[in-house]
Amino acid sequence: MTSLLTQPRPIRLKGRSFLALALTPEHPFEDWLAQLDHLASRSTNFFRRRPLVLDVTGLEIDRSQLRELLDKLGERNVRIMGIEGARPSLLGPDMPPPMADGRPASDIEAPAEDERVEAKTPEKAAPPSPPPPKTSPSMLVTEPVRSGQALFFPEGDVTVVGSVASGAEIIAGGSVHIYGTLRGRVMAGTMGNGSARIFCSKLEAELVAIDGYYKTAEDLERDLRGKAVQFWLEGDTFKVGSLA
Amino acid sequence: MGKVIVVTSGKGGVGKTTSSAALGAALARNGEKVVVVDFDVGLRNLDLIMGAERRVVYDLINVIQGEAKLAQALIRDKRLETLYLLPASQTRDKDNLTAEGVETVIAALKQSFDWVICDSPAGIERGATLAMRHADVAIVVTNPEVSSVRDSDRIIGLLDSKTLMAEQGERMEKHLLLTRYDPARAERGDMLKVDDVLEILSIPLLGIVPESMDVLRASNVGSPVTLSDERSAPAIAYFDAARRLRGELLPVTIPGEKRGFFGKLFGRKAA
Ligand SMILES: Nc1ncnc2c1ncn2[C@@H]1O[C@H](COP(=O)(O)OP(=O)(O)OP(=O)(O)O)[C@@H](O)[C@H]1O
Ligand SMILES: [Mg+2]
Repeated sequence: MTSLLTQPRPIRLKGRSFLALALTPEHPFEDWLAQLDHLASRSTNFFRRRPLVLDVTGLEIDRSQLRELLDKLGERNVRIMGIEGARPSLLGPDMPPPMADGRPASDIEAPAEDERVEAKTPEKAAPPSPPPPKTSPSMLVTEPVRSGQALFFPEGDVTVVGSVASGAEIIAGGSVHIYGTLRGRVMAGTMGNGSARIFCSKLEAELVAIDGYYKTAEDLERDLRGKAVQFWLEGDTFKVGSLA
Repeated sequence: MGKVIVVTSGKGGVGKTTSSAALGAALARNGEKVVVVDFDVGLRNLDLIMGAERRVVYDLINVIQGEAKLAQALIRDKRLETLYLLPASQTRDKDNLTAEGVETVIAALKQSFDWVICDSPAGIERGATLAMRHADVAIVVTNPEVSSVRDSDRIIGLLDSKTLMAEQGERMEKHLLLTRYDPARAERGDMLKVDDVLEILSIPLLGIVPESMDVLRASNVGSPVTLSDERSAPAIAYFDAARRLRGELLPVTIPGEKRGFFGKLFGRKAA
């Protein structure tokens, strides 16, 4: 214990970036929650172990309503790690902290406690975050995506030469191309890209989503099952079309 | 150096222990030295299936904890002198199954046996991941129904990521063993079709073992089905699977159907 006190070392704060999903509640909240329940019942574990942010930008909500909403989400085991777009007056100390738009983070060193230690620690300026690349990066997967595997690629498009199993999941910032059977879940355009599309050569999906708009297996037209299809957004409408 | 095979499934009760014993005995019948290792700490079964339960003195955990030598824990089969069993502990906590301990034991077994068959517990927890960790080859035991297939798919994902081979950037050889296949139910359409299972899992087929009373009968007399009744349908399926494991190319027949299905399915590329 004493040695800890006499030899102060800077605590290292390491940058971590996660792809968080943002929930954007809408009025009336009852309906919105009902929709959320619907989604959760269609795809179990949808919200488990995934960073979630509540985006209340532009939403008419007061502190007690927000607290109630957080409670309702808590009852559903939906744990919110931060709140985006909230006026400071809206947030109480018992609520998740405010957050701003996520950026790639580099390692950060906490300030040392005194000069002596600071002098001993070779100071390395945190590298500036790289400028956004001009080309759009893509990820190529040449094997089946198995049940229980989750692929996160917020940077761009994902191409899978193989199938995506029931219980597997792909989350991409851009479009998703699947040359085998899609049995699991695919979320494209998750960083707010409404022009992203989903393509698969055989549709058996549990869930497909583009830029937050989603369809579950139940919502999908029966005659599209087993077909080669694509999904895209036209404004707020989720479109499906045969590729054949 | 022997080959290490893990017999795994994710889902419980699909026939891993039955298959480990039957394949072990089938391989040993050729004079090759085989050891079957029970990884199901706390729920050991293999000793019963192999009729050795009254001869267990030391077990895998004793060896790992340094309480017994490997040679003291190995039980030689009464019928086949090249077949051995390394039992699991029924009483000890499964936390005693340490990664280093397992590594040492497997390395030692590889030195003196041609085949080391690891009978995995169900699930995807520690016992299952340790059983697969040092394998060279995996046999994924699956029943023709959706939950078993999905769990197998999950296990294949782990075989490709959580094993030593995967961590060294190598590809583990994986085989599908479809068990408890019931021709009558297949006829009625109550079961997944063989083609569908193969399409979903996309790994090569090692064999199809029919649902059969012979399996129960064999386990009741404490004998692998390949020893108690070698002309029975499940025994023949296991003997053929053992030959394919050795690298022979044999057509797979679907029980209850005449057509063989050599070119079509066995030739399918491994994923
Ligand atoms: N081909 C078969 N026909 C009929 N019954 C079978 C067949 N294969 C296995 N069984 C029966 O199924 C049951 C489960 O088999 P087994 O113990 O081998 O499964 P397991 O995968 O090892 O189970 P666990 O996950 O509990 O370890 C046993 O009662 C066994 O006799
Ligand atoms: Mg078993």
